[in-house]
Amino acid sequence: MDLKLKVWRQKNAKEKGKIVNYDAKDISPDMSFLEMIDVVNEDLIVKGDDPIAFEHDCREGICGSCNIMINGEAHGPLPGVTTCQLHMRSFKDGDTIYLEPWRAKAFPVIKDLIVDRSGFDRIIQSGGFISINTGGAPDANALPIPKKDADVAMDAATCIGCGACVASCKNASAMLFVSAKVSHLALLPQGQVEKKERVKNMVNAMDKEGFGNCTNQYECEAACPKDIKRDFIRVLNKEFILS
Amino acid sequence: MSLDSKIPSGPLEKKWDDYKSHIKLVNPANKRKYTVIVIGTGLAGGSASATLAELGYNVKTFCFQDSPRRAHSIAAQGGINAAKNYQNDGDSVYRLFYDTIKGGDFRAREANVYRLAQVSTNIIDQCVAQGVPFAREYGGHLDNRSFGGAQVSRTFYAKGQTGQQLLLGAYSALSRQIGLGNVKMYPRTEMLDVVVIDGHAKGVVIRDLVTGQVSVHSADAVVLASGGYGNVFYLSTNAKGSNVTATFRAYKKGAFFANPCYTQIHPTCIPVSGDHQSKLTLMSESLRNDGRIWVPKKQGDTRNPADIPESERDYYLERKYPSYGNLCPRDIASRSAKEVCDAGFGVGPGGQGVYLDFSSAINRLGEHTIAERYGNLFQMYEQITGENPYKVPMRIYPAVHYTMGGLWVDYNLMSNLPGLFVIGEANFSDHGANRLGASALMQGLADGYFVLPYTIGNYLAEVGFGKTPSTDHAEFKKAETDANTQLNKFLNIKGKRTVDSFHKELGKIMWNNCGMARTDKSLKEALVKIPEIREEFWKNVNVPGSGSDLNQSLEKAGRVADFLEFGELLCLDALTREESCGGHFRTEHQMDDGEAKRDDDKFCHATAWEWKGVGAKPTEHREKLEFENIKLATRSYK
Repeated sequence: MDLKLKVWRQKNAKEKGKIVNYDAKDISPDMSFLEMIDVVNEDLIVKGDDPIAFEHDCREGICGSCNIMINGEAHGPLPGVTTCQLHMRSFKDGDTIYLEPWRAKAFPVIKDLIVDRSGFDRIIQSGGFISINTGGAPDANALPIPKKDADVAMDAATCIGCGACVASCKNASAMLFVSAKVSHLALLPQGQVEKKERVKNMVNAMDKEGFGNCTNQYECEAACPKDIKRDFIRVLNKEFILS
Repeated sequence: MSLDSKIPSGPLEKKWDDYKSHIKLVNPANKRKYTVIVIGTGLAGGSASATLAELGYNVKTFCFQDSPRRAHSIAAQGGINAAKNYQNDGDSVYRLFYDTIKGGDFRAREANVYRLAQVSTNIIDQCVAQGVPFAREYGGHLDNRSFGGAQVSRTFYAKGQTGQQLLLGAYSALSRQIGLGNVKMYPRTEMLDVVVIDGHAKGVVIRDLVTGQVSVHSADAVVLASGGYGNVFYLSTNAKGSNVTATFRAYKKGAFFANPCYTQIHPTCIPVSGDHQSKLTLMSESLRNDGRIWVPKKQGDTRNPADIPESERDYYLERKYPSYGNLCPRDIASRSAKEVCDAGFGVGPGGQGVYLDFSSAINRLGEHTIAERYGNLFQMYEQITGENPYKVPMRIYPAVHYTMGGLWVDYNLMSNLPGLFVIGEANFSDHGANRLGASALMQGLADGYFVLPYTIGNYLAEVGFGKTPSTDHAEFKKAETDANTQLNKFLNIKGKRTVDSFHKELGKIMWNNCGMARTDKSLKEALVKIPEIREEFWKNVNVPGSGSDLNQSLEKAGRVADFLEFGELLCLDALTREESCGGHFRTEHQMDDGEAKRDDDKFCHATAWEWKGVGAKPTEHREKLEFENIKLATRSYK
């Protein structure tokens, strides 16, 4: 199939960006979205143009690197799917597709479709962990954890930190991301000791990075490629109030 | 030069404990006077960085991703082994050790593997304490499952995302140390060279991938945790960014590259769909617990699988290996799939696939249980192929997955270059010629949390503190200039072909001539073709853009240039090893029934290659493998 692409091109953080039109020809429905860009890029390089810069790595939907607003939706039209796992069979011959970077003040553009998401790392560095040094941990079965709690903790821990929640929120809020980590650790007995400090530190770090607040519209949940539930935001708020 | 493995003397089960009791220690107050550089933030690099910082060393850590959380360990799905014997099914440290040695076709070092099995139990304790949400039984205790090559259930897992959860555990420990200021983290950077002063590794050359700036960093020791080289095949299950550059450039600086021909081909991968394919996706080996593998008994049978009655199906693994069945090791399952496809029984487009069928498990356990066990994998399969595996069997085919070869290291995990340590997939030490499932995660974390922090202390205590060289040293200047020269060379060729087109061409030769089966003829052919591609690359590659900003083509050019030299080394190693073992199958060396035929008299050794220049034959060194506790036996899973 043949497609028309409208792609955000921006040389670096300082220069202004603009939408540039490209044709994507002979695209197979079995290609992933990123493979479609690979094909376009190969043509651009042969023509002597700069290829479109985009972030990607595992191409298995788990590393969280890929991040493209596709027709205004983070990771494109399918629910529960990252850009690298979106396949061209989701589009029709002749379609026009917009490709833009995540849009949020806390995620400045680096080049084309690549943004700087290091704010997420700084939030984790502020307290998104259990403070335990290596060695001397007690036997793993010495601390039984009900299956239900372990399963819900796992659901929260599934977050891949891609930033789709931020990109799709009108306030660029990072609360789904932060709530997932806070909930994961707060649900486990090991996470109890630092529970109050953790939530305070992480919320402060989130504010400092310039992420906005939640106004309960749940675009984040709709955009999340890992189906992280908005219920965790309720857990975050509860933990924050209790702290 | 002789290779000294520095294996401690004494009985196998006491070596590590005795070693730890006698190594030199660095006084806590002196640790802050040392700087250690770590390259890579996967399970090995992330856990090592965190642990070294916890001990008090200054740590500088580099990764090419935008965040240390994205290292490719995150994509490991199935699980992590540990000899906990929680299931009371007969597991022990010795049994995990034995399974690993046997799984690796008796081509690994006994002492290293035993230590790995010993510390495996501590890893699970450590990860649980960090909050890794492993699967639990209703009683609250940890759940286990079994994996290929083992008859006990010793694999701990977190849904189908074990690698992700373990990596996030190591990342959180690392993040804590970054927050405390003990680790200086450099994301979006790439290592271009190791700096060697007076025979010791004392620093690295780094390129900032955003600004393009090349800089040098000095340290008292350098740790490479940069993963494997499977992307030499272009199509593999490795992340697109995974590359050989860090280890290969260290090889060019004098570190020996061991056993590069040991490449693992994983049996349960989604088949290739076309020429556009950029990478392959693995379905976890854990699927073989409940999925049955079969092909039609009739060649070229294109019927819908549901229309093929039981009597007309060949469950070939269950037929050939009755006691292990679908859970036979990866090399055996892969080769068996290739055999049936080559014989014309394959299914799907081009006949390059076999069925992995869950229908009997769904009938027995119900769709709900299967969804609970493998839900995300099924979803991923449907996403990629457009087929629903609850309704029709999955189609799978083998793919390049993991590399057991790597830089040669001694018992201390130190390469032959003093001060250069190599951990995780980047070294050669623990898996022999084939890696069993759920063992890569185990080795990465064992090295990073529990082995390196001891052994590096021994080295640092010996060299003493206050000796970190200045980056004004001539070797730093030279290495920096060399790196810049190479980058400019790429940009100035201005040829007609893209970097990727060369990578694809190399990959096809590697897969066809040095893939699941290798012959004397195919390898010699590859050794003629690879230098030709390399020559054309240096004349005709087109790298657009400049070196002073983010330039993904330039990054790829450096990595592909290394693969073009490394591919030749891999084929040479495969040609030299005239036997079959594990992931290295030389067609000339097989049993009557098609099983791999080892030659223990001639090849019971690790081969470590020494660089002699581009196109020049490297020097071969051999470390004889001594088996004091295990009798070398023909591997049988029947």
